[in-house]
Amino acid sequence: MNIPSQISTLLAGIILTLVSLWYGQNHNLLPIAASEAAPLIDQLFGAMLTIGTGIFLLVIFVLVYSYFRFRRDPDDLSDGPPVHGNIPLEILWTAIPAVIVLGISVYSFEIYNTESGMNPMDHSMAAHSKHSHQVAQMKGSAIAAPLIAQVDPVAKDAEVRQNAATDAIEEKIPLRQDAPAAGNVAPRAGSIPATGQEPLVINAAGMQYAWLFTYPEEIIAGELHLPVGRPVVMNITANDVLHAFWVPEFRLKQDAVPGRQSEIRFVPTKEGDYPIICAELCGAYHGAMKSHVVVESLEAYETWLQSMKVAQTNASDRAIALNPAEMTDSEYLAPYAQEAGVTPDLLHQLHPMS
Amino acid sequence: MTQAAQIQEQANRPAHPEKKGDWKQYFTFSTDHKVIGIQYLVTTFVFYLIGGVLATMVRTELATPESDFVSREVYNSLFTVHATVMIFLWIVPAGTGGFGNYLVPLMIGARDMAFPKLNALAFWMIPPAGILLMSSFLVGAPGAGWTNYPPLSLISGKAGEMIWILSVLTLGTSSILAAINFLVTIAKMRTPGMGWNQMPLFCWAMFATSILAVIATPVLAGALILLSFDVLIGTAFFNPTGGGDPIVYQHLFWFYSHPAVYIMILPVFGMISELISVHARKPIFGYKAIAYSSLAICGLGLIVWVHHMFTSGTPPWMRMFFMITTMIIAVPTGIKVFSWLATLWGGKLDDSSALLFAMGFIALFVIGGISGVMTASVPFDIHVHDTYFVVAHLHYVLFGGSVFGLYGAFYHWFPKITGRMMNEAWGKAHFWLSFVGFNLAFMPMHKLGLEGMNRRIAEYDPKFATLNLICTIGAFLLAMSTIPFIVNVTWSWLRGEPAGDNPWRALTLEWMTTSPPPPENFIADPVLATGPYDYGLAPRSTEVDVPFSDASNPALSAGPSSTLRAKPDPVVAANPSDRGTESNNR
Repeated sequence: MNIPSQISTLLAGIILTLVSLWYGQNHNLLPIAASEAAPLIDQLFGAMLTIGTGIFLLVIFVLVYSYFRFRRDPDDLSDGPPVHGNIPLEILWTAIPAVIVLGISVYSFEIYNTESGMNPMDHSMAAHSKHSHQVAQMKGSAIAAPLIAQVDPVAKDAEVRQNAATDAIEEKIPLRQDAPAAGNVAPRAGSIPATGQEPLVINAAGMQYAWLFTYPEEIIAGELHLPVGRPVVMNITANDVLHAFWVPEFRLKQDAVPGRQSEIRFVPTKEGDYPIICAELCGAYHGAMKSHVVVESLEAYETWLQSMKVAQTNASDRAIALNPAEMTDSEYLAPYAQEAGVTPDLLHQLHPMS
Repeated sequence: MTQAAQIQEQANRPAHPEKKGDWKQYFTFSTDHKVIGIQYLVTTFVFYLIGGVLATMVRTELATPESDFVSREVYNSLFTVHATVMIFLWIVPAGTGGFGNYLVPLMIGARDMAFPKLNALAFWMIPPAGILLMSSFLVGAPGAGWTNYPPLSLISGKAGEMIWILSVLTLGTSSILAAINFLVTIAKMRTPGMGWNQMPLFCWAMFATSILAVIATPVLAGALILLSFDVLIGTAFFNPTGGGDPIVYQHLFWFYSHPAVYIMILPVFGMISELISVHARKPIFGYKAIAYSSLAICGLGLIVWVHHMFTSGTPPWMRMFFMITTMIIAVPTGIKVFSWLATLWGGKLDDSSALLFAMGFIALFVIGGISGVMTASVPFDIHVHDTYFVVAHLHYVLFGGSVFGLYGAFYHWFPKITGRMMNEAWGKAHFWLSFVGFNLAFMPMHKLGLEGMNRRIAEYDPKFATLNLICTIGAFLLAMSTIPFIVNVTWSWLRGEPAGDNPWRALTLEWMTTSPPPPENFIADPVLATGPYDYGLAPRSTEVDVPFSDASNPALSAGPSSTLRAKPDPVVAANPSDRGTESNNR
């Protein structure tokens, strides 16, 4: 086989390495990193992109060079050299990819572990924390959420049951809180134990076509507000079909599965307003199922929380005064739908499980 | 007529009485593997065009951020049926059923597939299943994605869902029947003297593919049957309202559907090995490495399915296990790519469209493979899962990979199938239009996905508008690229330059018979004189003088058990002096 001289091979190798390294670090393909996990994942992507660029350039070089250098004349009917194989070379190019993918596997494992992904003890403690149970007991909180916000527990339960949709959710889709299958499901993104801070526990419920977030003090919101730097544990479920909670700037995603509870943890690190996207096909208006997460200072977050409390107290009083039992679901939900980010035409698509 | 005479007449009756060139035979339940192969190729190509029209409509919708071209429900149906058609009605049946059927018996020197009637049955399940799937547009096509995950599939329109299930079940059954046929044919019907390691690499690839299809496809059938119970009679296997678990469906579905990727790509790997060796005029580098890596991919391909479910509530240990298995599958795939490159290096490359498509295949498949390793990494996949990054990745593997490979195979084996050459100028126009259109359409999707565009949406954030417009322009170019191909095939089939029996001077057995081959492939049993890729070993004549005339050779019109065929002259594959003459002991 016609092998190029050692010097030119060495030079080509150096150029290839430099170009790959440069592109791996300067690709500009990802949005800003706004969670503790994000820079780690970006590093991993950068490393994989560096290796990938090198391999791609090598293959393209061989293809293009061969295409022009080894083209035969139309009249040349001779064959190429009868090289059947080369055992050392074959071992080499089996070993190199094997080492590369094992290296990437180990690196990925390390990143995953740093996100506490492999720490079930950590999870079980958080899952049994006070907030977690307190919020999770509100089965079917999603659709009737504004109603149940500020009333006493007994009345709350009774009113929840007045809503047919909530009833269906409560009785037909059993949430498997703490079930073994549903227990260890999350990428534990963010170094929650290390910060020493009590995590903010939020319940997220996906439904066609909105997210509803339930805060510890039974504040219900269609958008997410988070104080910067505080760990968040989010319990996720779905009321109807599969959804997936994804914030690209956090680099994290977790499916919302009806009948199961999954969990995602992260520490938002940069103030800003980021999109929350449903990444799992959930119906005709899947593309419109959007919300946003506002990462803000602790003061701004507290202010927002207070304003929500006031708004929901008023809303709840009004709802009770209007006697929701005499209203249709649509009439009852209308005032809250807008707040939850659900537009009227989306609401028409909302239907209980058949 | 005496009984003996009747038996004699029966024995003399050809197994495949169809006359060569009779177009009507393509509309019959012919049992000739070549007729069935062409039936597969033409039928699946028609479905490819239909799938392409659906894809073009999807991209038209995505040309602007708003949902303004079709309704959202129709949009979901478009991408659902597009994917189903492309996978189940184009790539899988074209690669295995089309080229597999046409080539495998020829390549191993057999007269037909092991079970010709089963073969015909497998093909004739395809058109009704395809028409059935298309008919779903009349009653509300399925819109839950080609994965058809419950519970969404359970609350969508029942008629559309059931049509989808029935159609895919039928296509899966066809695939299993075809695979059984290939396994038996390759294992039992190789010509004497052809051991496993003398077999063309396409046959190795088909063998590995068939093992995968036989093991994995029944699992899909099971999942779909249970799903149909949930849809039709209200059981709750996957329905959470009755305590069922939708995640179980995902496990069953991906147990088939990840191997399905290899069912789509492995035959193409085989085709590329054939093409590159012939058109570079060099022995394939590392024959055994390529052959056994197909089996390795087959084995590993069965234990990687959970990487589609990293965000589905999968426990950490499972994520790690499937991350490692998925990564490892890059090794046998890499072996193939490097072997192809080494085969090209220093060869005598001709300027054919077939080689161009094969080289395009390698370039694009490498991009798909690299992004595949990336998505195997759990932390990174959690970010890009269900985004346009994955859409880009799968199209680089399945369009840049499978479809470019299939196109290369069309250009390479067209002379064998029709006896005529394809036009090279049109072929090159086809390649460059496809190559540029494809990269314009799918390269920007990597960035779209990384930036935050999720898949399966009719409307998107306006900040993604420019890249999406580029994708749409690329998709239109890609759609247009089929025009030169269709013109070329049609014109060349009717009026193309006569090809002769072996225009590429290849050494595999399919080139050792006439173009197109006669009924039962060889006028006498072929004898192996060289390995399939022994280029450059010694000067040889690859022009084989094969008499083909019923009048001059009464044996040809006789049945396989006729006494006229008791002592046929062997058709020698190539210059026997290379390896010494082998006797025909068949």
